[in-house]
Amino acid sequence: MHRALVLAIALFATGARAQSGDGNFADPAHFRQQDGAALYRGICQGCHMPEGQGAVGAGAYPALAHNRKLAAAGYPVLVVLQGSKGMPGFAAMLNDAQIAGVVSYVRSHFGNDYADPVMAADVASARH
Amino acid sequence: MTDLDRPPMKRRDLLALIGAAAGGSVMYQAMTSLGHAAESNYRPLALDGNAKGASVLVLGAGLAGLVAAYELRKAGYKVQVLEYGERAGGRCWSLRGGDRYTELGGFAQTCAFDAGHYLNPGPWRIPFHHHAILDYCKRLKVALEPFIQVNYNAYLHAKGAFGGKPQRLRHVNADFSGGVAELLGKAAHQGKLDDAVSKEDQEILLEALRAWGGLDRNFAYTAGEAASARRGYDVDPGGGLNGAPTPSTPVGLSDILKSRLWQGIAQGAQYEFQTTMFQPKGGMDMIAKAFVREVGTLIRYDAKVTAIRQDDKRVTVTYVDAKKGGAKRQASADWCVCTIPLSILGQIEMTVGAKMAAAITAVPYVPAVKIGLQFKRRFWEEDEAIYGGITTTDLPIRNIGYPCADYGSPGKGVLLGCYAIFNTFAFEFGALPPAERVAKAVDWGAMIHPQYRDEFDSGVAVAWQRNPASLGCFANWSEEARKTHYADLCQIDGRIALAGEHASYLPAWQEGAILSSLDAVARLHRRVVAG
Repeated sequence: MHRALVLAIALFATGARAQSGDGNFADPAHFRQQDGAALYRGICQGCHMPEGQGAVGAGAYPALAHNRKLAAAGYPVLVVLQGSKGMPGFAAMLNDAQIAGVVSYVRSHFGNDYADPVMAADVASARH
Repeated sequence: MTDLDRPPMKRRDLLALIGAAAGGSVMYQAMTSLGHAAESNYRPLALDGNAKGASVLVLGAGLAGLVAAYELRKAGYKVQVLEYGERAGGRCWSLRGGDRYTELGGFAQTCAFDAGHYLNPGPWRIPFHHHAILDYCKRLKVALEPFIQVNYNAYLHAKGAFGGKPQRLRHVNADFSGGVAELLGKAAHQGKLDDAVSKEDQEILLEALRAWGGLDRNFAYTAGEAASARRGYDVDPGGGLNGAPTPSTPVGLSDILKSRLWQGIAQGAQYEFQTTMFQPKGGMDMIAKAFVREVGTLIRYDAKVTAIRQDDKRVTVTYVDAKKGGAKRQASADWCVCTIPLSILGQIEMTVGAKMAAAITAVPYVPAVKIGLQFKRRFWEEDEAIYGGITTTDLPIRNIGYPCADYGSPGKGVLLGCYAIFNTFAFEFGALPPAERVAKAVDWGAMIHPQYRDEFDSGVAVAWQRNPASLGCFANWSEEARKTHYADLCQIDGRIALAGEHASYLPAWQEGAILSSLDAVARLHRRVVAG
């Protein structure tokens, strides 16, 4: 079946709400959002919360807001790639540019003001 | 043929021999002592020997903690249990109408299901070979009913297959095996299997293919009685003058292959999901409630553990009121069985050796989302003759689970409207507020059941990574991490033993939590007795 026809059927059947305009819910194995803000909203805020404030239960998700551990970009890049303790790594679900984008976003939002952007090449070298 | 050529006698043959020679009761004993359930390492726990008045602090009142408390108290230990939440059971949990659940971040929901309906946000099925949990259900009188894993009348669905129209599992399953059988039969008839299969075996193979694949006399899989006996009819056989059936027409193998719906046909063939599966009547938490009837008085709720310290004499645990905070309190005992999930434990100050400490922080937790949807009527039964079972789809909701009880009952019904686990969808659902998850599940589900639009009533959504008590669904051991750390996690460290699904080879299963707890308790008891 042609892609366009499938899409037309999907649009007809579901209306607009469930559509994946910003790449959300596009692919079970790989996130498709490209810019840092969309990636943060699509993934990170599930645990680190919409304002980067973190959350506390029996254990805690650390706040990313005003977080000095973000000063050196290498650390958050490594955590996103490999995970940390209970947090899973995202090396297989995000490409280098996506990880660079989302780390740059977090380092320049939520009260963090680290101007040096993370480049995809930085992530690539951290993978190896 | 000499005796040496004979294969060693199989257990079943031996049992048949014993049965024939000695009758039923002896055979039953033999079955037990030979390990009828030899594939499980479950044995009912018999803690012989004197507990010597020793005390044990159990951390966590999930199934692992409840089993530990139950068995240790029975063996004569002084037991106290600290539980973070306000209820026992942990991930053995059911949400019902009126229940309020607040996720991390303060996202609160009140379940609005009608009386009698529920969602099991965690485990929802019990395989027949999970002997430990089945035995506890029996001993604690938890009523079970069949969990329908495979329903041939439920759907396989993919956005890009058959124009997005859901296909009955029955059709895809029959047409896949029919198509493959026909293909293999042709190859045999054309002599293309001669190198691989003897002539004699080919005769047998052809008969097997005909029987297995629903082929006709000419080894064809085609519209007719043989195929319809598998895939069903366009008009079912009926009674009276116009009762003759109309056979159905198979879908060709090429279309079945390209649809990729075959990915869903072998699910029920996996050992974990083979018939018979069970569920507790009325909700999974009936198991937790049964344990609470036994050991509920030992549990202190709302106790958030902040430190676990030990010396060569005692274990001392510091905790605070999980809701009110306030002053630190302490509990202590001779021994500790700690069932706190690793995602939490890795953040708690703890005096254990470097090896156990490394193991505790080595395992990431899996994100998973379940969404329960209540509808005004049981349209899946009334309109589509789907009674229990699971529809699978490549949509982000991944699964639709139909209730396996109260078939045909009037009034509302509750579906599992989404079960996304491990994948990007589980993360993305979890990043949305619960109400938006429910709205999306309704939109996507409507692509399979258009009735969703008119019949939707209310929903409740649980993202395990936002669960305050577990920060995830279950421990995701990699092969490498298991090799490096698993034994260190399971070794008793001084006076502390860990237990839970994370200390088992059955991740996420309640059976794993129970088996790990029984193993920890048994080893701890041996230490006490040897003392």
